[in-house]
Amino acid sequence: MRLERRAHVPLGLAAIAPLAAIAAAMVLAAGLIAMAGVSPLTAYGEMLRGAFGSRLSVTETLTRATPLILTGLAAAVAFRSRLWNIGGEGQFYVGALVTAWAGHFLLAGLPPVIGMALLMAGGMAAGAALLAGPAFLRLRFGVDEVVTTLLLNFVVILFVGLMIEGPLRDPLAFGWPQSVPVDGALRLPDLVPRSRLHVGFVVAIAAAGVVWLILARTVFGAEARAAGFNARAAAFAGVSLPRTIMGVALLSGALAGLAGAIEVMGVTGNVTTTLSPGFGYSGIVVAMLAALHPAGVVAAALFVATIFVGADGMARATGVPSFIADVIMAMSLLTMLVALLFTTYRIRR
Amino acid sequence: MTAVLELDGITKRFGTLVANDAVSLSLAKGEILALLGENGAGKTTLMNILFGHYTADEGEVHVFGSTLPPGKPRAAIEAGVGMVHQHFTLAGNLTVLDNVVLGSEPLMRLQSQRARARARLAAIAERFGLPVDPDARIGDLSVGERQRVEILKALYRDASILILDEPTAVLARPEAERLFDTLRGMTRGGLSLIFISHKLHEVMAASDRVVVLRGGRNVAERRTADTDPDELAELMVGRRVTRPRRQQHATGAPVVIGTDITVREGGERRLDGVSFQVCEGEILGIVGVSGNGQAALGRLLSGLARPDAGRLTLNGEDMGALGPRALVRAGVGRIPEDRHAEGAVGELPVWENAVLERMGTAEFSSRGFVRRGAARRFAHTLIERFDIRGAAAETRTRLLSGGNMQKLILGRILSAGPRFILANQPTRGLDEGAIAAVHAELLAARAEGAAILLITEELEEAIGLADRMQAIVRGRLSAPVAAEQADSRRLGLMMAGMWERDDAA
Amino acid sequence: MMEAFDILTTASLWAAVLRIATPLIFGVLGALLCERAGVLNLGIEGIMTMGAMVGWLTVFLGADLWTGLAVAALSGALMGLLHAFLTVPLALSQHVSGLGITLFASSLSYYLYRLIVEVGDLPPTIAPFRPLAIPFLSDIPFLGPVLFAQTAPTYLALAAVAVLAYVLNRTPVGLAIRMTGENPHAVEAQGLDPIAIRIGAVVAGSALMAVGGAFLTMAAFNSFFPQMVQGRGWICIALVVFASWRPGKALLGALLFAFFDAYQLRLQNVVEDVPYQLFLMAPYLLSILALILVARRAQVPEALMAPYRRGER
Repeated sequence: MRLERRAHVPLGLAAIAPLAAIAAAMVLAAGLIAMAGVSPLTAYGEMLRGAFGSRLSVTETLTRATPLILTGLAAAVAFRSRLWNIGGEGQFYVGALVTAWAGHFLLAGLPPVIGMALLMAGGMAAGAALLAGPAFLRLRFGVDEVVTTLLLNFVVILFVGLMIEGPLRDPLAFGWPQSVPVDGALRLPDLVPRSRLHVGFVVAIAAAGVVWLILARTVFGAEARAAGFNARAAAFAGVSLPRTIMGVALLSGALAGLAGAIEVMGVTGNVTTTLSPGFGYSGIVVAMLAALHPAGVVAAALFVATIFVGADGMARATGVPSFIADVIMAMSLLTMLVALLFTTYRIRR
Repeated sequence: MTAVLELDGITKRFGTLVANDAVSLSLAKGEILALLGENGAGKTTLMNILFGHYTADEGEVHVFGSTLPPGKPRAAIEAGVGMVHQHFTLAGNLTVLDNVVLGSEPLMRLQSQRARARARLAAIAERFGLPVDPDARIGDLSVGERQRVEILKALYRDASILILDEPTAVLARPEAERLFDTLRGMTRGGLSLIFISHKLHEVMAASDRVVVLRGGRNVAERRTADTDPDELAELMVGRRVTRPRRQQHATGAPVVIGTDITVREGGERRLDGVSFQVCEGEILGIVGVSGNGQAALGRLLSGLARPDAGRLTLNGEDMGALGPRALVRAGVGRIPEDRHAEGAVGELPVWENAVLERMGTAEFSSRGFVRRGAARRFAHTLIERFDIRGAAAETRTRLLSGGNMQKLILGRILSAGPRFILANQPTRGLDEGAIAAVHAELLAARAEGAAILLITEELEEAIGLADRMQAIVRGRLSAPVAAEQADSRRLGLMMAGMWERDDAA
Repeated sequence: MMEAFDILTTASLWAAVLRIATPLIFGVLGALLCERAGVLNLGIEGIMTMGAMVGWLTVFLGADLWTGLAVAALSGALMGLLHAFLTVPLALSQHVSGLGITLFASSLSYYLYRLIVEVGDLPPTIAPFRPLAIPFLSDIPFLGPVLFAQTAPTYLALAAVAVLAYVLNRTPVGLAIRMTGENPHAVEAQGLDPIAIRIGAVVAGSALMAVGGAFLTMAAFNSFFPQMVQGRGWICIALVVFASWRPGKALLGALLFAFFDAYQLRLQNVVEDVPYQLFLMAPYLLSILALILVARRAQVPEALMAPYRRGER
C-alpha cells in the first residue's frame, strides 16, 4: 500500500472532505456520549434543537459564528503562507482591549458610524501589531513563530487582567474585574431585534469576501500563495519574502484583532478575562475545516458555532458535559487532516 | 561464470509511467557491469528496486541464488548488496564512525561497541585504500571524502556486490579515474560491481560489460571490448538526435563584467576574487565539478547574493546591488540551477509561473490586481511558441515533464528579449531531445545578440555551446580559454584545478 | 530590597525550584526525544493535561500512586501514537496535527473528568506523593532539604535526564534516533526503518510528557482542574530550542526557568505596588527572550519537521 499524488483534486471530493471529516468526528464522539448513558441520537437531536430550535437560538448561533469567521480567516490567511500564527487568541484580546479603551475614553461622542469604523480600525491595528512582533523575530532572528505566538497568548491574558484591575477597571462594576464599557452610541446595532445578533455578523461576511479578493485576485495574494507553496522559487522570481510574510502577518493579526473589537462592540460592551471561550484556537480548526478557503471559513465557522451553542442546550437537556463540543471540534480537526490527505493522494496497492 | 546477482523481469510503474519494463540482467563474480542510459531511462529506479528502496510491481531479484524479499534494504544488505547513492545518504552533523556503524549493531544493545567498530573501520579503510578520519564530522568533509565514506559504509557491512549510482557526478576527471582504479582493485579481491552512468567514455574505460536501458527497457547488452562509443550512443538514445552546435560569429561589446568578486556565505568564501566578462552574442562557459562555487555564482547573477568585494556591472552600470526583480527589469534572464526548487512553484498553474517574475509590472497588473486575461494570453503564446507539451494555461506546473518545465522557464525569460542570460545547469536531468531543444534556444538567443553565461558540469555541453570557457575550482576561476583551444582533456585538467602554473587568472 | 536578596538564601526557594522544574524536565525531555527523531510534537500541552487528569483519576478511583503514574504515561503514549500515526506514515503537517492533539487530549480530559467525577464546590482530592526524606543526607544543612527531601517523581526526573542522555549518545538505538532526525534516508539505506524509529520516539517522548503532567496533580497539587497546565508544554517546546536539543542543557534550562518562577512567586509577597500579573508574565517573556538569544546558534536536527515518505527523495 502506498499513497500516490493525484494530478487534479476533483472538486466534488474537495467539497465532500470536510463533511466526511465532520461525520467521522460525530460518530467517534457518539461513543463518548454513550459513555454518559445518553443515546447519541437523542443528544445530537438536542444539539440541533439547541442551535436552531428557536428564533433566539438561531441568532445565538450566528452571533457565536461571527468572531469565529474572523479568527478563522486570520488562521487561513497565515497558514496559506506557512506563517504559523497560533496567537489568534492573544490578538483577539488586544483588539478587544484597545476597543474598550478607545470606545470609552477616546472616541466617545464621535458620530457613531465614524466612531465604529475607527474602533474597528483600532482593534485591527492592535491585532496586527501583536503579530508583527513574532513575524519580525522570525524574519530577523529565525525564531519559530509557533512558540512565540503561543506564549504571547498567555502574556496578553495576564496583561488584560492587569489592565482591567488597573487603569481600565470599570468603577461601576462593584469590584468585579471588567473593563470600562464602550460608549453606548458606538455599540454595533442589532441585526435582529430582541436578540444578541448584531451588524458585526455582516462585517465578518464582508471580511471573508475582501480576504478572498485579496488572496485570489491581487498581486500580493498571488505572491503570498507562491511564498507559501515554495518560498525558494518565489524568492528566485523576485517575491520579497520578508515583505510578503510581514504583509500576511499584518493581515492575519488584523483579522483576529477585528474579531475582538467586534465582539466587544456587538456583544459584551466590555472586556473580561473570560471574553473568549477560545475563539483564537477554534479559528485554527475553522480554517482547517475550510481547507484554508475564505468561503469555506464562513461555512466552517457556522458548523463550529452550531456545535458549541448546541452543546450548551444539549448539556442542559441531557446532562452530557458540554465539553463534548470541544472534543467534537478537536476530533474534526484531526479527521479533516486525514480527509485532506485523501483529496490530494490516492491509495495504490 | 556463475551469476552472483540476477534481476528477473522487473517491472515498476509510477501511475501511468512505466519506469522499468520487464528488465532482466545478471552480474558475474568479479565483474564490473555498467548500466548505461540517458536521464529518465529508469537506471536509478532499477537499482532502488534491487536494494529494496522500492517494491517492484513484477519480477524478482536473486542474490547468490536466493530470492530477496522485496522492499527491504536490510535484506539486501544482509545478502551482501551495498549501494552507494548518488545523493549520499549521510547525516552531515554526525561523525564518519556514526554514519558507518549505524544499523550494524543490534538496536537493543545497551552500549555501542565503539572501540571495536573503530578498529574494524580502520582495517577496512586500510585494506581497500580508502583512508578517512573516523571522528570527522561529515559536514566538514569534501565531496570526494564523503563518497569514500559512502563506499566504506557498504564495505563495513561486508558487501560483496556494490552498486554505484553515477559515482563520478561529483568528481573531476582525475579523481574519477582514481576511483575506478580503486574499484578495479576491489574486483580482484572478489567484489562484483554495477555502476550507473550516462557518460560513454567512462563506461568504455571502466566496465567489462554494458547493459543499455532506454525508456525503462533493457535494449542491449554488449561486452565492452566488442562495442564502441558510437554504437552505445545510438543504443542509448535510440534515434539520431544531434545537438545543435555553435557557429562562429563576431561578438560585440562586453555586457556583464565581474572584477575580483568575492562572495561570503555562512562564514565561508564561496567565490574568491573571480573575474569574468561576457560580450554581446557570446556564450561564456563556466565548467567545474559540482560544489566548487557554482551555486554562489548562480545566486550572485540571479540577484540573490551580493558581492562582498569586487565589482559587477551590466552595460557599465553596477548590478551587484540589484535584487531579482530589478535584474529582470534591467533585461537579465535567469535559468535557475534546480527547476523544481527554484524555477517554478509546482502547485501554481502554468500561467502564474509564466508571469511570476513580472507580475507587478503594468503588463500583468493594474492597481495591485492581477490582469488575469493578459497573463493567460501570455501563457498561451509561450506554450505555442516554445512547444511546451502537455500544458494548458491552467495546468498545475508540477505535472509538466522536466523538459517542458524547462521550456516554460526558457520561454518566460526569452520572451522578454534579455540582454544577459544566466543559464545555470540548463539541461540537468533532461533527455537528449529536450537537451537539443534547450541548446537550440540558447544558440538562437546568442545569435540575436544576448550575452550568456553558462554554468555546466557537462564538458560536452560546454564544448558544444561556449565561445570561451573558464573552469571553477574551490570558488576560483581560471583564465578564459577560447573554444578552439579547449579539448576535453585540457578542460578535464582545468576542472581538477590544474591551471595555476600556466593559466592563472 | 534586602528582602529580595534574602529570599535567595532560603532553602525553601531552592527546594521549590526543583519541585517546579520537575514537570518541565519530563516535558522538555519528551519533546526533545520526539524532535531528535525529527518530529515536532505540539501535542505536548494536551498530553500533559491528559497525564495530569488520568494519573489523578487512576489514584482517585483507588489505585496506588505508582500505578497512577504508569497509567498516565500510557495515556500519553496513546496520544503520542495518534500524533505519530498522523505525522509519520501519513506525513501530515506536524504543526496542525500537534495542535489537534493538544485540543483533543485536553478536551477529552475535561470531558471524562466531568463525566466520571462529581464536582462540588471544591474539586475532590487525592493523597499525593509525599517528600521522601533520604536518611542522613536530608539532614545536611541547606542542601538536605533542597536536594534530598523531594518527592519520588523529582528523583525520577533527574534520573531520566541521565538515562536519556546515555541512550541518545551511547547506544545503537540512540544513534538510530539521532540519525533519523538528521537524515531518515541514511537510516533506510542502512537497513533500518526510519518510520518505526520515529513512531517509537514519539510514543516514548509523549509518555514522558504525560508523566510531567501527572506530577502536577499527584505531587505539586492534589486535585485536577481545567487549564492547570498553563502553557508549561509550550514553554518546554521553547526550552528544547534553548537547550540545543541536548538533555543536559535541557535540565539546566528547566532549572533556570523554575528558578525564575519560584523567585517571582516569593518576590510578589515582598515587592509591593507591582501588579502580580507582571511577575506571572515574566516566565513567558523569558522563554521568548531565550529563543531570540539562541535561535541563530542552535543546531537544529536537519530533518526536523521534514516528512519522510518511502521511495521519495
